[in-house]
Amino acid sequence: MIRFNTLKELTAMAEEKDLPVHEIVIAREVHDSQHDRETVLAGMEENWRVMQAAIERGIRNTERSVSGMTGGDARRLYGFREEGYLGRPALSAASYAVGISEVNAVMGRIVACPTAGSCGIVPAALYAAKEIKKVSDAQIIRALFTAAGIGMVIDQNASIAGAAGGCQAECGTAAGMAAGALVELAGGTPDMVGNACALAIKNLLGLVCDPVAGLVEVPCVKRNGFAVVEAMLAADMTMAGIRSAIPVDEVIDAMNRIGKALPKSLRETSEGGLATTRTARAIEKRVYPEQSKR
Amino acid sequence: MHGVFDIVGPVMIGPSSSHTAGAVRLGLMARKILGEPAVRAEINLHGSFARTYRGHGTDKALIAGILGFSPDDERIRDALKLARQQGMDYSFQPVNLEDAHPNTAVIYLVGVTGRIARVRGASVGGGNIRITNIDGYEVELTGQYPALITIHRDRPGVITQVTQILSRYEVNIAFMRVSRQNRGETAMMIMELDDQPAEEVVEECREVYEVENAFSIPAI
Repeated sequence: MIRFNTLKELTAMAEEKDLPVHEIVIAREVHDSQHDRETVLAGMEENWRVMQAAIERGIRNTERSVSGMTGGDARRLYGFREEGYLGRPALSAASYAVGISEVNAVMGRIVACPTAGSCGIVPAALYAAKEIKKVSDAQIIRALFTAAGIGMVIDQNASIAGAAGGCQAECGTAAGMAAGALVELAGGTPDMVGNACALAIKNLLGLVCDPVAGLVEVPCVKRNGFAVVEAMLAADMTMAGIRSAIPVDEVIDAMNRIGKALPKSLRETSEGGLATTRTARAIEKRVYPEQSKR
Repeated sequence: MHGVFDIVGPVMIGPSSSHTAGAVRLGLMARKILGEPAVRAEINLHGSFARTYRGHGTDKALIAGILGFSPDDERIRDALKLARQQGMDYSFQPVNLEDAHPNTAVIYLVGVTGRIARVRGASVGGGNIRITNIDGYEVELTGQYPALITIHRDRPGVITQVTQILSRYEVNIAFMRVSRQNRGETAMMIMELDDQPAEEVVEECREVYEVENAFSIPAI
């Protein structure tokens, strides 16, 4: 029986057995779900299919969300991908992440990863890896289990809900999951998977959840684009040999404590931060005219 | 610890797991409890549901569930139109409930044969739901397990008779709750089961003298 409660336990188990992290996560899932390995892999293959369809739809999307706040930015960025400072790989990834989030905002089909608000980050990173590193879909489907293992540990020891831990719990977790998966695809060791996760999360600690008009749009949609680029940088730093001074499980513990210390107004209640700016109030009035007294 | 597909997954229609995916599941549970297609739905929304339902498509999601759609059905965004085409009336009313979860809906349904159901439930995060009241009875249902519900006279021995039937068919009870409005009058028992009970199990429960009605709700 395979049990892990921390990323140290997960990656050490992989190092010890000389297996990639995803094999440990798959073995655990096979045991816990009582489904066979093929069924478990097929479930992730279906997720990856939905993720790719959302990316393809997202980079062409011109539809505005119900509130009118978002839509069309992924397409803009994708068209600009050869021209910017960051270069094609990062700008492609950012446009994929924004695109998936736009699909989410127009009531399209997505895979929560770990949540709907942060659904663009992990798939965008992996879709970019497919282009940059020429990795196969089969490798990506396995890397998604590595990402899932990271998310499971964070869910267990901190939180993946904005209402509980702020946006660090959603986009921070997704960036950590993406960074770990990217390192695995780049040929990093299990220990390096944990290191990339630590680097990615550290930089997003304290991120608050203050959505305008209570909707999963502003700042969520563009933030997915920022977070995927950050995850790629965490993976590249790790592959370049950079170490996180703080071990990943201690970073997750810090995330948990920071989440608890965040005031309620900055945990998805839209009672603070960006949500209470003058412009946000005006948008809110336009989206919900009947509640303008609020 | 949650499983792999709780973290990478579920496949759902956006924009929000609690305000959209969870709302579809609430509508779906209400439809299953009604037990037949609905011709009318009156829905009261409380808290964050009341404030943001239009922007999140919570109204479309609830109606989609009542139409029997699952949370990953791309027709959810057109659910209001589809309901009207099928001749289903609906209305939404913001309400202020005491001590209710911020994402609570009270769903009143009238079915094609005139059956009615009043279901109160909350979307409690990550697309998960909790049904807290059915037709005035306090309950606790998540939709993660198939359930068997009996409405029966509040007399000694009824529970034993029903559970004996389940035992005979080797159906295991995972969670169970009994509630009543007044002593000696009508009571409701909800059993969440490890397996969906066969129709003959439900039939037999219905034949118990004190049982007025028994029905099962599949896991959703």
